[in-house]
Amino acid sequence: MQKIGVFVCWCGSNIAGTVDVERVAQAVANEPGVVISTDYQYMCSEAGQLKIRQAIKEYGLTGIVVCSCSPRMHEATFRKTAQAAGLNPYMVEIANIREQCSWIHKDKDEGTEKAIILAKAAIAKLHLNTPLKAGESAVTKRALVIGGGIAGIQTALDIADAGYEVDIVEKSPTIGGKMAQLDKTFPTLDCAACILTPKMVDASAHEKINLFTYSEVEGVSGFVGNFKVKIRKKARHVKADLCTGCGVCTEKCPSRKAPNEFNQGLNKRGAIYIPFAQAIPNVPVIDTEYCVKMKTGKCGLCATVCPSKAIDFEQQDEIVEREYGAIVAATGYKLINLDNFEEFGYAQNKDVITSLELERLMNAAGPTKGTLLRPSDNEHPHEIVFIQCVGSRDVSGCGKPYCSKICCMYTAKHAMMIRDKYPDTKVHVFYIDVRTPGKNFDEFYRRAVEEYGVDYIKGMVGKVVEKDGKLLVQGSDLIANEQIKIEADLVVLATAIEPDPSVKNLATMLTASIDTNNFLTEAHAKLRPVESPTAGVFLSGVCQGPKDVPETVAQASAAAAKVIGLLAKDKLTCNPCVANSNELLCNGCSQCANVCPYGAIEYINKEVNDHGKREVRRIALVNEAVCQGCGACTVTCPSGAMDLKGFTTRQIMAEVDAICK
Amino acid sequence: MQRISEEILSKCRALLEDGTADRVMGWENGEFYYDVTPAVFTKDNLDNMIYDDFCASNQSKYFILESKKEGKIVALLKPCDTYSFNQLLKENRINRDNVYVLGIPCDGKIDVQKAALLGIKGITGVKSVGDEVVFETIYGEKSCAKKDVLFEKCMSCKGKKHMIYDALSNEEQEPETAIANEDFGNRFAYIENLEHMTPDERFDFWRGELSRCIRCNACRNVCPACSCLTCVFDNPKSGVDSKANTDDFEENLFHIIRAFHVAGRCTDCGECTRVCPQNIPLHLLNRKFIKDINELYGEYQAGADIELGMPLTSYTKQDAEPSIVYERGGNK
Amino acid sequence: MQINENNKEFKPLIVAFCCNWCSYAGADLAGSSRLSYPANVKVIRVPCSCRVNPMFILRAFQRGADGVIIAGCHPGDCHYTSGNYFARRRMTLLFSMLDYMGIEKGRTRVEWISAAEGAKFSATMNEFVETIHNLGPNKKLEDLRCKE
Repeated sequence: MQKIGVFVCWCGSNIAGTVDVERVAQAVANEPGVVISTDYQYMCSEAGQLKIRQAIKEYGLTGIVVCSCSPRMHEATFRKTAQAAGLNPYMVEIANIREQCSWIHKDKDEGTEKAIILAKAAIAKLHLNTPLKAGESAVTKRALVIGGGIAGIQTALDIADAGYEVDIVEKSPTIGGKMAQLDKTFPTLDCAACILTPKMVDASAHEKINLFTYSEVEGVSGFVGNFKVKIRKKARHVKADLCTGCGVCTEKCPSRKAPNEFNQGLNKRGAIYIPFAQAIPNVPVIDTEYCVKMKTGKCGLCATVCPSKAIDFEQQDEIVEREYGAIVAATGYKLINLDNFEEFGYAQNKDVITSLELERLMNAAGPTKGTLLRPSDNEHPHEIVFIQCVGSRDVSGCGKPYCSKICCMYTAKHAMMIRDKYPDTKVHVFYIDVRTPGKNFDEFYRRAVEEYGVDYIKGMVGKVVEKDGKLLVQGSDLIANEQIKIEADLVVLATAIEPDPSVKNLATMLTASIDTNNFLTEAHAKLRPVESPTAGVFLSGVCQGPKDVPETVAQASAAAAKVIGLLAKDKLTCNPCVANSNELLCNGCSQCANVCPYGAIEYINKEVNDHGKREVRRIALVNEAVCQGCGACTVTCPSGAMDLKGFTTRQIMAEVDAICK
Repeated sequence: MQRISEEILSKCRALLEDGTADRVMGWENGEFYYDVTPAVFTKDNLDNMIYDDFCASNQSKYFILESKKEGKIVALLKPCDTYSFNQLLKENRINRDNVYVLGIPCDGKIDVQKAALLGIKGITGVKSVGDEVVFETIYGEKSCAKKDVLFEKCMSCKGKKHMIYDALSNEEQEPETAIANEDFGNRFAYIENLEHMTPDERFDFWRGELSRCIRCNACRNVCPACSCLTCVFDNPKSGVDSKANTDDFEENLFHIIRAFHVAGRCTDCGECTRVCPQNIPLHLLNRKFIKDINELYGEYQAGADIELGMPLTSYTKQDAEPSIVYERGGNK
Repeated sequence: MQINENNKEFKPLIVAFCCNWCSYAGADLAGSSRLSYPANVKVIRVPCSCRVNPMFILRAFQRGADGVIIAGCHPGDCHYTSGNYFARRRMTLLFSMLDYMGIEKGRTRVEWISAAEGAKFSATMNEFVETIHNLGPNKKLEDLRCKE
């Protein structure tokens, strides 16, 4: 039998105003196991806590019930109080007689009666409480960053600078991501490569950072502090340790059919290629789909010209298994497919391009060496129309319901840069709203309008059709309330962005959740924005939601700070209110594992002693470091083998019984 | 009258003789002709094995324990038994390596109580001839339409295809797909009738049925899905243990919880109703869950597919809200 | 069930299972916003709606509850990502079974109440108490031995 102390709090007049606290204390004084029942003005105050600590010692209490405010408010406080007096912190139960009693009931008798019942329910539950001990698990002091764009690079650099090892896994042949493709960055118009490539070099040169480029995560097991990850290093068919990056192979390759991804397919590249001049690592890759040697067996010119004999047509994918304490998802984004937006004629007209294609057309390292020429005839365009919100804020189902956030600013940037470089070019921008919430953003946009004379038209474009070598843009001007037609040479679509498709598979592997738009969900939208709900998994960059470069970098560093905080610990303390399986009752049917959102249940073959009968059985084993204590398994289990500590079946039924007495 | 086909017997004998298996689980004669009993045979007593229209029991459940023993056992499974067997495999309850599944044919099993109601007593032999059954009795030969003496469970036959087997006793008979026998009509018809009653009528119906329950546990003990090592109703620590129904509530509780525990896993084998000594139509509880699952979450037949997720351990984001129960059909 | 001595008025006893993360917090918010509901609603805190075993619900009826409500995070918002989806299927099937056995519709309910929906918590409880009041005392799933 437990020796229980009941402590009824007045909370000043918050509780005592509508609940007769003395009557509550008296009413439960004779409940089985209760050895002391008392009330006090403020139980959470130092004096109130002292009262509890003294009573625990004086009466040798084995558990306490505090009738007070919500456990969400002070459960932790009273657990600490109990612990300070030598009691197990989980031998504390709270009866919520403020939020769920005194504050909502006006009649004092009614409130008092209810408070007594709630106190009795807490006592009934406490009788079945057992001391719980939080488990501990070790932390592998290494982090994995998935994605090598600016988000992943920044996160990795910050973690590495704090002294921890970091691996970056990037699926393309080089790190750098989308930012490497950008020409200039708003609102300061720095050249993207000038600010990004030094960071790429830092990352590759950092002694704590390992790069796995042209690699993909293939499987994740384990849990916070102890992840095991399988990484597939795809075959480059070039031996990285021998290659000097001289580039002779890429020049001599006779195949020139492959679209150049880095230039958004605006020109072609060889079958053996380095994505761009500053790529890291500076090691080419053979694109087996276009390589003549790989397809027909005849050619092999690259191998002949390679001075360091680095070409290896036989190279195979390699699987490496690494252990990590924390994982950061930084998988970034892609532009949406424009098939649903036939009205803009993107597929039909070469001169209807996306903004990312325009970045390449304006970049000195791009297909036109930085001179703005239209893709169809390499002529300089004199009239350009930008269309904003193509697929963004679209509730019709064709596009995305959310704002892609970066388009207003990059469109202003493009318009301004074109007007600056080619003053003879007219620039029109169709917009729904211009959104410039950022430091120096609105100033930037106003400069585009006021200093550079960009023609902003509030309204949407209905149709873009080709007419006599020009693009006839038909749209509406909502302010002038008129239909307008513009004969443009080039149309640029501010295309919506969406999470990189690889995130879906990754989310499954990480048991991290994604929202209806496939963005990874945060543990809490406001208060834990860089953590995923799965412990030990963090979010960096656009995989969590649209954001621009400065925001991405800020979030990347925030995620790094969270990772560093985790890796700095030698041991993790687990929540002790977790599921546990009674091995004598377990049927081994695996139903619990099917409902566990965390993959916390594994099955083992174990010899059990069932009342003298020894046999090997297949039984469930809960990994207490992974289990978060939801209890889904407890209801799925037909035999009742699975129970939840702190919320056991018998505890909850004892509460039901006490309430329904 | 030969009580087992030569095909089954010779196949079993061959399996024992060539060392593939060392035991066979089948049926043997009981006290009366129709009173057959599950039994395990070896080479020595295999001649005592029988299989005819009275061998109705679903023996899948026996293989939980039998497959843990040393050596291999031959499981004689009727098409409907294979669903239960598969479901148990899916739940890792049967060690597949120790079982050799021999699929045996079934044309529906005979409920001796129904025969008795037709005045057929003193049975000493039985033979199916097309749609007819011919009984040898101590009062001479009697015959009736087979449909009139089939077990309730055979009235909603899932078809003649075996869902799993290592070999078939009669390969020519095996159909390509499992097609339920349309002669019997909609297996949910009775449930629909109940659904159309008022709640009070339904309550009275179930009180009338369940108040006869004597808690003999036959339904639980025969049910392949009810194969927990220790049942919550037998476990004093579960908080709901009870060995006997002491009042109306406990009669309801036992059967609701039993049906809930097997929901999504019940193959609708109908053994619960077949064995109930009080003739309670217990399958109407399980089948209600099956009907709801089919209507709300898509057609699902437990045991048909060993890989497919089970309805209560999976979900979709668009699932119906529980309030749908109060919005759809039936009287208020 | 409680019968008030003075006017023999039926005061239904309601057991509310609330998930710790959303609905229990919603109940707290109803409290701190002083949004009243009848005192015969008693809340039991569970980590997640998926912790609610059908046995708890039947137990409550057995011991004298007149109505049982399960409140959890909105679908998609589960603290444990998927708990309420499992709860939704289980409770749908259980309620359907209770209905099938003739238990009055409406004596059991599931509501999704977020931590921000104090007003919804209070309104739901008021409405549920009224529904149960109209249905009258639970007679079909009671255990007479548990009555005084």
